[in-house]
Amino acid sequence: MNGPMIKTVIESKIEAKNIKTIFFESNEKTIPGQFFIIWIPNVDEIPMSVSYIDKKIKGITFRKVGEATNALFKFKKGDKIGVRGPYGNGFKIKGKSILFVGGGTGIGMLAPAVEEAIHKNILSTVILGVKNKKELFFENRFRKCGAEIYVSTDDGSKGYKGFASDLAKKFLSGNSFDSILTCGPEVMMKKLLDLSKNIPFQASLERYMKCGIGICGQCCIGEGLRVCKDGPVFDGKTLKKARDFSVYKRDAAGRKVKF
Amino acid sequence: MDEDSGSMKRVAGCGAGAIVTKSIGLKPREGYPNPTIIELECGILNAMGLPSPGIKEYGEEIRKFKSLKIPLIGSIFGSNSKEFVELSRKMQEYGADAVELNMSCPHAKGYGLEIGSDTNLVKEITSKAKSSVDLPVFVKLSSNVSDLKDIAKAAEKGGADGIVAINTVKAMKISLELRKPVLANKIGGYSGKAIKPIGVRCVYEIAETVDIPIIGVGGITTGEDALEYIMAGASAIQIGTGIYYRELDVFRKICREIEGWMKKHSVKKLSNLVGAAHV
Repeated sequence: MNGPMIKTVIESKIEAKNIKTIFFESNEKTIPGQFFIIWIPNVDEIPMSVSYIDKKIKGITFRKVGEATNALFKFKKGDKIGVRGPYGNGFKIKGKSILFVGGGTGIGMLAPAVEEAIHKNILSTVILGVKNKKELFFENRFRKCGAEIYVSTDDGSKGYKGFASDLAKKFLSGNSFDSILTCGPEVMMKKLLDLSKNIPFQASLERYMKCGIGICGQCCIGEGLRVCKDGPVFDGKTLKKARDFSVYKRDAAGRKVKF
Repeated sequence: MDEDSGSMKRVAGCGAGAIVTKSIGLKPREGYPNPTIIELECGILNAMGLPSPGIKEYGEEIRKFKSLKIPLIGSIFGSNSKEFVELSRKMQEYGADAVELNMSCPHAKGYGLEIGSDTNLVKEITSKAKSSVDLPVFVKLSSNVSDLKDIAKAAEKGGADGIVAINTVKAMKISLELRKPVLANKIGGYSGKAIKPIGVRCVYEIAETVDIPIIGVGGITTGEDALEYIMAGASAIQIGTGIYYRELDVFRKICREIEGWMKKHSVKKLSNLVGAAHV
């Protein structure tokens, strides 16, 4: 290790309104659910889950939400970014039938997980929850890989009208899944955890991060669980014990911020 | 791993004998923008910029931690003696078992090293902080000074109960491709394996100068590293970046390695080794 690796953006692609994917060369072995820390020179450095995994190329998919993502949104082929990682644990993808639930930009990092599940011949049911149809992305990618796709929108502009967790509830009553894998707003993931009962559950969390290597403590939840190192994917058993799950996160100063 | 009570409890469960909090200031402070940390071949370079939720909010973390039996050392940073006094009193009120005055952070304007390189200020702040509380007061010093012995002496004269040495060492990393420093703050503090010999030298020099106990810190990763510091004159040691090299149970591993070494060399009491390298 000698600091972040400087990578050239090899392609950037608009996925939906305000949502973009950036591709860069990376030979690092990466598993779905892991993340990179992306340095946008002169602006910021932020963690981003991997959304494309190829042997030699990796991708990150993000929404314009703040200073860093606004800056990164302007990046195009040939621009340079710094990359650290991959970091974190990633999903454990096993069983015969998995229910995937992605909410908002959380959909992006679920895509390689679903692709791996299909590759392992696991029956994959995917719920994609967004506010409205303009924010939906990766739908075709999921369909093409052979997953069963259902869409929910808050405003009913496409698919089921309501929250992804409500749609998931319907599926959980009539089907048997070996596992539930989710990424999205923490309140949604908490609802899913409550619904999951005895089904093994894995959720990918997001926290403000600084070091990414498990020493600074900025991103800890529960009893010293480092989202960057022990996570970002935690199982249901662990999350049930973490009092802050879906309750609060911490800002850069370490102050509690309620969800 | 000193951000909140949960993290500190986990570290306590990994064999640490005491916990030093992150450095807390009076008001909430976000620290510097990222990148704030860089992994390098021989150590870690950081410029966090003293982020802290402020003493008021941090009180809750200390109170929650206090259900455990091991001592909690409250680290504080201020820009003058008035702030250090207020922070020391708060730490005592919240239940800290000792106070550590951070006079050595190498990258925060108006704080840390900017105070800790002035012998008069070190003496004044130490003395006022010490007389404001009924707790042991430690002063954490930097290697980035030309008169380390004088500064350690000033802390002792100010009534410090112990010296902590060293903090991270001022350093920089430049990206060749981008032709610019990587850290948002440009300059940061270097920790980890690379700085151990610097820390050992500083502890050795301080031990020759003062009669109060020394807590050694800087690049301690193994039991043998800890023993080097102890032979240089340290009565206790701190570990931070060691977590990066050997995971959270680095504390237990180091204790076992020290015990193993003592057994092999028929040393009955660790205190017999404190300062053993001084002739």
